Amino acid sequence: MKEGWEAIIGMEIHAQLATETKIFCACAANFGDEPNANTCPVCLGLPGALPVLNEKVVELGAKAALSLGLNVNETSIFARKNYFYPDLPKGYQISQYDKPFSSNGELTIMTAERDEQGRAGDWKPLTIRIERMHLEEDAGKNIHEGLPEVERFSYIDLNRAGTPLGEIVTAPDFRSSWQAYDYVNHVRRVLQWVGASDADMEKGNLRCEANVSVRRIGEEKFRNKVELKNLNSVRFMQKAIEFEIERQIAAHEAGEPVNQETRLWDEKNNQTRIMRSKEDAHDYRYFPEPDLQPLTVSKQFIEQVKADMPELPDAMHDRFVEEYELSYNDASQLVSDKDLAAFYEATAQASNNPRVSANFILSELLRELNNADKTAKDSPVSAENLAELIKTLDAGKINNNQAKEVLTEMFGNGKSADEVIREKGFEQISDRSTIEKIIDEIVEKNQNQVVAYRGGNEKLFGFFVGQTMKASGGKANPKVVNEILKEKLS
Amino acid sequence: MDVKKIAKLAHLEITEEEVALYTPQMANIVAYVEQLNELDTSSVEPMLGGLTKEGELTETRRADVPHESLGQEKALDQAPSAVAGHFQVPKVL
Ligand SMILES: [Zn+2]
Repeated sequence: MKEGWEAIIGMEIHAQLATETKIFCACAANFGDEPNANTCPVCLGLPGALPVLNEKVVELGAKAALSLGLNVNETSIFARKNYFYPDLPKGYQISQYDKPFSSNGELTIMTAERDEQGRAGDWKPLTIRIERMHLEEDAGKNIHEGLPEVERFSYIDLNRAGTPLGEIVTAPDFRSSWQAYDYVNHVRRVLQWVGASDADMEKGNLRCEANVSVRRIGEEKFRNKVELKNLNSVRFMQKAIEFEIERQIAAHEAGEPVNQETRLWDEKNNQTRIMRSKEDAHDYRYFPEPDLQPLTVSKQFIEQVKADMPELPDAMHDRFVEEYELSYNDASQLVSDKDLAAFYEATAQASNNPRVSANFILSELLRELNNADKTAKDSPVSAENLAELIKTLDAGKINNNQAKEVLTEMFGNGKSADEVIREKGFEQISDRSTIEKIIDEIVEKNQNQVVAYRGGNEKLFGFFVGQTMKASGGKANPKVVNEILKEKLS
Repeated sequence: MDVKKIAKLAHLEITEEEVALYTPQMANIVAYVEQLNELDTSSVEPMLGGLTKEGELTETRRADVPHESLGQEKALDQAPSAVAGHFQVPKVL
């Protein structure tokens, strides 16, 4: 960012809550079905149809809110947000307005600036305010391509109309595009972690918008802000914010106006472009939804949801660093996925060797999983079996390369570590007298080399190691071999 | 009374003559309803959802269990224009 300026960024995230059915009717909340098949009088907006709240929305909403540091309000009110658009059959969206489901949140995320190559610098905590998360229904889907006469017509699929959303709104507390980027990733992971949302941006069940303005450092007032939409991935969002910051600073410095407007990210040209100006801004005329009661949630219910919540990834991360003495980055990688974290913890405990478990899982197991296009959840090698392998490795019975080979084999056929090691004849020989016997023979047979070694040709040490390993069929414990050879050759 | 703005929000096209006709009419309607503001309601709890005390106690949530939907054919049955399983509408962006 240009010297002397700062960016002011607020985020809005729409997350689809992971229910089976829609928020106000019992139609399946599935995508990818035949267009308009999952519809009924309620989600088609037919006259006389009445909404009935899905209780799962309340539970998942509470999970989402609590995992983001929000307070769930005991009473919230559904409200009608009025506007006309073909994907909104009722002519209004049932949302919440002045009494949202949850509010007044504070969330600490980890964030880092990135260099030109996108490499993260130091990770530091950043605490931001989350103003609210309210509940609402989604609109249908507009289709502008792939159907007849698209230059004259648009097409509507209402399968998505009425699926439940949580809209999460932050205060303008971000000062850089990377902070916003790290925030969205944080939210995405936490929502997946607690099971509130699949939070997959590609599938459209997590969508974000950014409000961006800039001001000179020291200024207290906010300048005009621009709302950025059509941010289809976290990376595009970061690029769009970055572009917008630079565009606004340049405009202010040149004395050109920065208008309060909505802009879209144009992926092809790597820039933002105007979608609508402030004059076209909607007047939604919110009013309380008369067809629904106030939504009340008891303290007891909130306590129950809290009690059922899993340990959150950040807390787990800090615990891994503390309890298992892992590095910051290793712990981060392990908690990037809930199943992986659980798999790690089970392995660490069963093997009683948290650090080797972390190394082995992050390097070897993840590679095998990636190659097989699998995740920790469906790993063919169980945590118990992996722990057995790690114990064997740790006890020096097999070496690192052998352990990798054993894992690959276990991965392929689901056998236990012991079985594979036995089959491969990998059992290491660590017994001193056995190795000593082998070495005595080698020393006996290679008197010339012994003399040369003692005469100062130290390179020959490797020759003896090689001979010993060969004679033992690769099974001799290299550490023991080294020790004995040093004794015998000195 | 900004009748033009209200017409725009309601997606209605009205002529200048209609603006002249409706402006005093709508002003009258609003003035009529505004009489309610003369009542002191500061000690009355707002009624939301339009329900009686008993009504408020009725169970109004449902389990997250899918029921059969209408299906594509029935859903599109009443549409003025349906093409390839979709509602067809004038071009929007
Ligand atoms: Zn429905």
